[in-house]
Parts: sequence; structure tokens; C-alpha cells
Amino acid sequence: MRFIFKTDYGQDIDLARHGGHVFWYGALLALLLAAPWLFADYWLAQLTFVLIYSIVGLGLMLLAGFTGLFSIGHAAFLGVGAYAEAVFVNMGLPFPVALVLAGALAAAVGVVVGLPALRVKGIYLGIATLSFGFIVEEVLARWESVTRGNTGMHVGAPDLFGFKLDTGASFYFLCLAITIAATLAILNLLRSPTGRAFVAIRDSEISAQSMGIHLARYKTLSFALSAALAGVGGALYAHKLSFISPDQFGILQSIDLLLMVVIGGLGSVHGAFLGAIFLISMPQVIALSKDWLPAAVGQAPGLQAMVYGTVLIAFVLFEPLGLYGRWLKVRTWLQLFPFYRRGMFRRQKSFQKSERVR
Amino acid sequence: MSEAGTLRAEGLAGRAAAVAAGRDQGAPAGAGRAEVLLGVSDLTVRFGGVLAVNKVSFDVRHGEVFTLIGPNGAGKTTVFNIISRIYAPTAGSISFEGHALTRAAPHRIASLGIARTFQNIELFEHATVLHNLLIGRHTHRRTGLWSDLFFTAGARRAEIEAREQVEKVIEFLDLQHHRDALVAGLPYGVRKVVELGRALCTKPKLLLLDEPSSGLNVEETEDMAFWIQDIRNDLGITVLMVEHDMTLVSTVSDRVLAMNQGEVLAAGTPGEVQNHPGVIEAYLGSVDDVSTLRRGG
Amino acid sequence: MQFLQLLISGVAQGCIYGLIALGFVLIYKGTETVSFAQGELMMLGAFGGLAAMTFLGFPFWAAVISALAAMAAFGVLLERIVVRPILGQPAFSIVMLTIGIGYVTRGLITMLPGIGTETHTLPVPYKDQIWHVGALVLNVEQMAVIGATATLCLLLFAVFRYSKIGIAMQAASQNQLAAYYMGIPVKQLNGLVWGLAAGVAAVAGLLLAPITFVHANMGFIGLKAFPAAVVGGFGSLPGAIVGGLVIGIVESLSGFYLPQGFKDTAAYIVVLLMLMVKPNGLFGERTAKKV
Repeated sequence: MRFIFKTDYGQDIDLARHGGHVFWYGALLALLLAAPWLFADYWLAQLTFVLIYSIVGLGLMLLAGFTGLFSIGHAAFLGVGAYAEAVFVNMGLPFPVALVLAGALAAAVGVVVGLPALRVKGIYLGIATLSFGFIVEEVLARWESVTRGNTGMHVGAPDLFGFKLDTGASFYFLCLAITIAATLAILNLLRSPTGRAFVAIRDSEISAQSMGIHLARYKTLSFALSAALAGVGGALYAHKLSFISPDQFGILQSIDLLLMVVIGGLGSVHGAFLGAIFLISMPQVIALSKDWLPAAVGQAPGLQAMVYGTVLIAFVLFEPLGLYGRWLKVRTWLQLFPFYRRGMFRRQKSFQKSERVR
Repeated sequence: MSEAGTLRAEGLAGRAAAVAAGRDQGAPAGAGRAEVLLGVSDLTVRFGGVLAVNKVSFDVRHGEVFTLIGPNGAGKTTVFNIISRIYAPTAGSISFEGHALTRAAPHRIASLGIARTFQNIELFEHATVLHNLLIGRHTHRRTGLWSDLFFTAGARRAEIEAREQVEKVIEFLDLQHHRDALVAGLPYGVRKVVELGRALCTKPKLLLLDEPSSGLNVEETEDMAFWIQDIRNDLGITVLMVEHDMTLVSTVSDRVLAMNQGEVLAAGTPGEVQNHPGVIEAYLGSVDDVSTLRRGG
Repeated sequence: MQFLQLLISGVAQGCIYGLIALGFVLIYKGTETVSFAQGELMMLGAFGGLAAMTFLGFPFWAAVISALAAMAAFGVLLERIVVRPILGQPAFSIVMLTIGIGYVTRGLITMLPGIGTETHTLPVPYKDQIWHVGALVLNVEQMAVIGATATLCLLLFAVFRYSKIGIAMQAASQNQLAAYYMGIPVKQLNGLVWGLAAGVAAVAGLLLAPITFVHANMGFIGLKAFPAAVVGGFGSLPGAIVGGLVIGIVESLSGFYLPQGFKDTAAYIVVLLMLMVKPNGLFGERTAKKV
């Protein structure tokens, strides 16, 4: 059991609460830095995808998990970022400039998508974002002069001040750097008034307003930040795949992103990473287990959809706090051993009460 | 007045003295300033066909505790909701510190210096008590988005200062052992106190309390009475509250306004209003029956 | 003339959207949860009808009835096993759950050897029939859709307005605890609501099947039904149908009169416009939280 003895307010503000945090995250960082030498190329590529999806996941977690605004068309921002990056890089802009512009463009689209959020809530907002998602996908497919439509577009390797990042390892380090920056940015937001305002909006809009929080401004900000992160992730995605087409940014990708944050654990920064790991490793696990399953099941095309659906249902039913929630329970069990009590994390049973009051 | 709302050590000692002396009315700290802080003039609110508030006028003076009483449905909470700009009035005006309030945006009310608590607690359920109170400091934030994103030294300093201010409120309301508890798991009485604390963290000039004692037991109601007196005497905050508990009303209030069916029935000191025949009739029925019900004093 | 033809086919398509939207709104009205699984339930209903007609060799009406009954039972079962345990959780979790149900259903159907990956035709008696009314060429399949939808609507309207069950459903959706106190069997009612919604989805599937053929990706049409429900106003049953008709007609007309690409996004543009102008939909109620 660990006792944290607090002697000054700074301890509550610091990101690393105690020595254990510093040790374990330091070890993780060391492992990540050494990854190109420890893992084969294929696994390094998968790890790069985990990082890219984590960046997007952080954005969606900010929007849905921390501000309570559900975006069912989030892949649209991913697509905008990817295509913007492709266009700018192919135009010859240097990589850092292209990346910033892609993020900014995605943020602008995010502000537009966020406009309905200022007027409607809940499922209506979800449908509005869903609609935007479809419209953006269609625009990407139809605007052939810029995006080459459904035939797709090639993307060159990122060129960092003359340093071409075309090897797996160099691109991996780029993604790692951006991921660390994004994570720190989100963590900083959450321990500051801006992040608290987001959480206030999620939990009670009326009292957030009475505390002086300008709802419209913060909701728009949340959309913009979330879309910017998705745009940056999309830009890196475009480079990694080196070939993009509009159908990669449709409803299925949007649902994959939602799956990621829900299974990871809605409302936690760790959840974005755990969800990304899940999303990238699931197809690998399914592919590996195909050998053990009877041919009828293993080779069926619907297997992935079924597994994803079953896992999602299982998590919502049995572990609503997601992978991170499960990890918290395990860690608490280990920390309090043998004093862990069943039901420590149990939510109070609540009866459904309508929010619709005339 | 804004920075005068700091807690002095005498506040706690003063409360202990009040406990020792029994329940007394303390002298209003701002008694010297009898100017009007909040002026409500001919306020009328219509919801569809229902006339919820009908030409209500009253003034709240600096440093006093002003209570609205009346049976359920009298329109008291509606008046609160108009002041906090959740609804817009059909007619009439409200002025705060001399400036008209009727066109202010809802989120500007807190920065003007008005804070409120809600009848059915509206706390941030999935956050800790400390977190809730820190959100109350929002109108005093000095950092912008970019200093938050990079968490500059300035942001850190602002955070620590916010924490210090919040700790003063925690000390005032004795919330120390609940500091890191999630609001969702706290008992009702504590949540009411947290809601009061969150309103105090905004360093208001005017505090709107919507039924502060509803759902509280006798001890908690007594604590609430002491706190309201301390808020007036030591923090110098003007209090406008809606209340049903008559003992609390007569202990704490300087002036009372009785409403019924959206209209003003009577106004004056607690004694005057409670003995007003119209008020008695609204609560208890016609005057003739009351004498048999009235107990000794 | 072309315009009238487009209008009719728009109405027919709109009826399908309206039926699926009806399922959403039923579940929302009954339990205030949003179900993203309606599209897949529709697909399942179509496959159910296919199985009854080809596999089991039932005559048309028997197949329809049995498919409906089977889907209704499936809906009740689904509610019992999967939805009931999570009532009381935030709305978003329930939405994700229904998305999961949709995935599982689609995956399972696709996994059926031989059947799942192919497109099938549903052998309905009115297949490929045409009526000539004056200069109009009416597709009987589309007429069947319109007729069946109208009948179903009247039936449901009567149930909700006049029967005790309908009123009890509305009560349970507004305040579950109070409904329990009043002796309303809330859990059974929720099961009934889901069964009803699944049945409506099955009807939609059987009506759509002759037009688009039966295949595992039929459910994606359900995504267009969401704009229909929003346009009509999410708590309103007639609104769902009206919303569906609006979307269907707009889609049909824009496919002909507007450049390429607008047909697919017409539904979404309409819903965004509606959210800007009248956020609660055509028939929706203006609701606000009381503090």
C-alpha cells in the first residue's frame, strides 16, 4: 500500500504524483525510445499506427470523454487532415508547415461541425456530426480536382528540413515525439481552468453557465482542439500509408474511433492509448487465431465485425469503465491486498429518469 | 468589496462564540451601506398562458440577508432564474449595482458578482469536491488557452493561488475530509454544503440561495444558519434566499418578502411579515382558525 | 410526369426510412434510449423472410407472419439479455451497445456459409409487377411499401393513443421509478417495446427486399433513417414517417435534378438545415431542464 504524504499544493498539480509514476513512465519511455532496435519492422509499423491512433483518440477523448459532446462522424477530421497534408506535401510545402496547416484546417472544419453543438444536445448532436461525416466523405470523393476522388492519392514521405523521414524508424520517432507533445498538452489542459470548464460542461451545463463558463466558446474550443488532433493524426496516417482514398474515412472508421475510446475507457487519458492498442492489435489477434478456429468460422469475412461487436457489447455490459477501469480495479486489488472489497467501484443503481421536461 | 471577501480567523471564533451564546442575530457588517445592490422592478414572467410572476418589485440592500417566502408555486425560484438569466422576463427590469441586468448573457452573471445555488443540486457529479470548488474560481482565471496548453510558470502560479483561495472556503465550511471525494458518492447534506462552497468560490457580491435548508436535518440546518450569518457578517456578502423553514428565516433574515401566486403579499422584517394576515391566510387558511393553532410565541 | 414518378419513388423510399425511423422513435419513446441497431434488425427481418420463403417453403403470408413473429421474439430476447442490464447508464453507452449489436448481427449473417455473402431475391407474389394508371407507371413493390406503411402507422397510432399499454409505455419512459410505483411492469414493457420495434424493422426489411435484394449490407440504409427521425422530431411517431417521406422525396428529386453526389448526401444536408432552423424537428417538443 502506498501512502502519499502531501506537503504542498504543487503535489496535487504535478503530473507525476509519486516516485512510482516517475519510475514506470520513465521505463515506458525508455522502452519506446529503444523500440526500433527491439522490434522487427512489422511490429514497429504497428506501434507507429498505435501512436497515430492514440493522437486521434486523445482528441476524441477530449471531446466525448471530457466535454461530453459525442461526435459520431469523427473520421471526417481524420480525412480532412490526411488530404490536406497530401495536397500540401505534394505542392512542395515543407513538412512542419504542412502539418500545422493540416491541423489548422481540420480545426476550422471542427469549428463548423461544432456549430450545431451550440444549439442541440445529445442524440441530435450525434446525428448532426454523423451527417457532417457523410458530407465530408462525399466532398472528398467528389472534389476530384483536389483530391483525385475515389481513385485515391499518393503521399510523399515527410521532409523535415531536408532530412527525409522515409525509414520506419525515423517516422516512428516523429510520431512518438508528436504523441508525447499531444499527451502533455491534453494533460496540461486537464489540470488547468480550460480543462475544468470542459468537465463542467459535460456534467451540468446550467451550473457551468452560472459559474461563468461561456458555453459556446468552450464547446467550440473543444471541437477545434479535438479536430486539430485528429487532423494531425490524419496527416501522419497519410504519410504512413502513403496512399489515401475517401473510403478510408467513412462511417466505419468513425465507429472504430468511438469503439477505441469506449473500450479504452471514456473519460481518461490512458483510455485513448489502451483503446488504440486494442484497435490495432485486434485484427492481429483475429488473424493469429484463425488457425485455431474451424475453417467455417475462421475464414468467414464477417468474423472481424462479429468479434468487434461482441467485445463492445461485453465492455458496455460488464466493464463500462473500459480497459482503464479494469486496470484501475486490478491495481487497487494489488495495492490493497488482501483488503480489497468487492463493489469498491460499483456504481449506484439508478432508475432512468427522463431528461425531457416540457 | 471583491478582495474584502477574505476569511479572517475571527470568523471561526465568531461562530464559536455564537454557538456558545445561543442563536442570536449578529449585526450586519455592511449596515453602514444601505444602498440598493439589487433592484427588481415590476418583474413579470409569463410561461405560455401561465402568469408565474406578476409585477413583483423589491430591493435588496448591501450587506443584508433578504428572504423570499411563499407557498410552492409562488414564483420564487422563477425570480431567481430570471436574475441568473436562465429565463428572460416578459416585462419589468432588474438592476444590479445600478446597471440593468436584463440583457446580460447568462455566463456573464458570475463575473458581475452574482452566484447561486440550485434547488435540486446541480453539482459536477463525476468530479471531486476540490474540482467542483476550483471550477467556481473560473471567473477569476488569469490564464488563456495557450498558457494552459503549455502549463507555463504563470499557469502554475495561478493554479496554486486558485487552490489557496479554495482552501479558505473549504476551511470556512469544514469540508476538509471530503476534499478528494467524488461528489457522486457524498450524502445529500454534504452536497448542499459543497454547492454553497462552490458559489462562495466565485467571490460574489450577491449570493442567491435556493432553499438552502431543504432536505437537511436539524443540526445541518443550524450549521447552515451559522454559515449564512457568517457569510453576511464576516465575508460581507449580500444574501438573497428562498426559504420555507420559518425558524431559519426569522433567525437569519434582515428583511422578508412574501409571495403568493406570483404576486407580492407583504414585505418587511420577519416579524412584520409573519404576522401579516394575508401571509397567514396564504399558508394556514383564514385568520379565524389560526388563533387555535398558534402556540406560545 | 417525370416529376410525379420521382415523387412516387421518393415516397416509397421515404416510407422505408420512415419505418426504420419509426422503430427508433418507438424505442426512444418507450425507453428513452437510442438504438443504432434498427438497420441491422431490418436486414435480419429480410433474411428471416427469405429463410421462411425459400428454405422452409412457406407460402407468402405465412412467411411474412412467421418472420414478423420471429423478429419480435428476437427483439424481446435482445432486450432481456443485452439491453436490460444497462438501463440507467449514460445514453452514450447504450448507443455504443446497440452499435455493437448491429456489428454482431451483420457479422453473424455474413458468416453463414454461402448465404451470407451473396445477394438474394425475395420471391414475393407481386414481384416485378407494374400498374399503369393513366400515363404513370407504378411499381407494385413501391405501392406495397406505401400501403403497408400507412396501415402500420394507423395501427400504432391507435395503440399509443387509446390503449393502456401505449400510455403505460410513455409513463415508463418519462419516469421509471414512478412507473414502478404505479404498478406498471416496466421491464416487460421495455421488452414489448423492443419486440415491437424489431417487428416494425422486419416489416421494413420485407418491404425493401424486393427493391434492393436481400444482402448483408442492407442495414446501412438504416443510417439514413436517423436524419428522418431527427427531421420529424425524435419523440414523435407521425414525425418519424413524415421525416422519412421528406428525406425520401428530397433524395429522389435531388438525384435527378442536382449534380452527382447530392443524392447520397441530400438526407444529411436536410437534417443539418432542420437542426439550424428548428432543432426539435417538425413535430418535436421543445424540452428544457427544470432547475
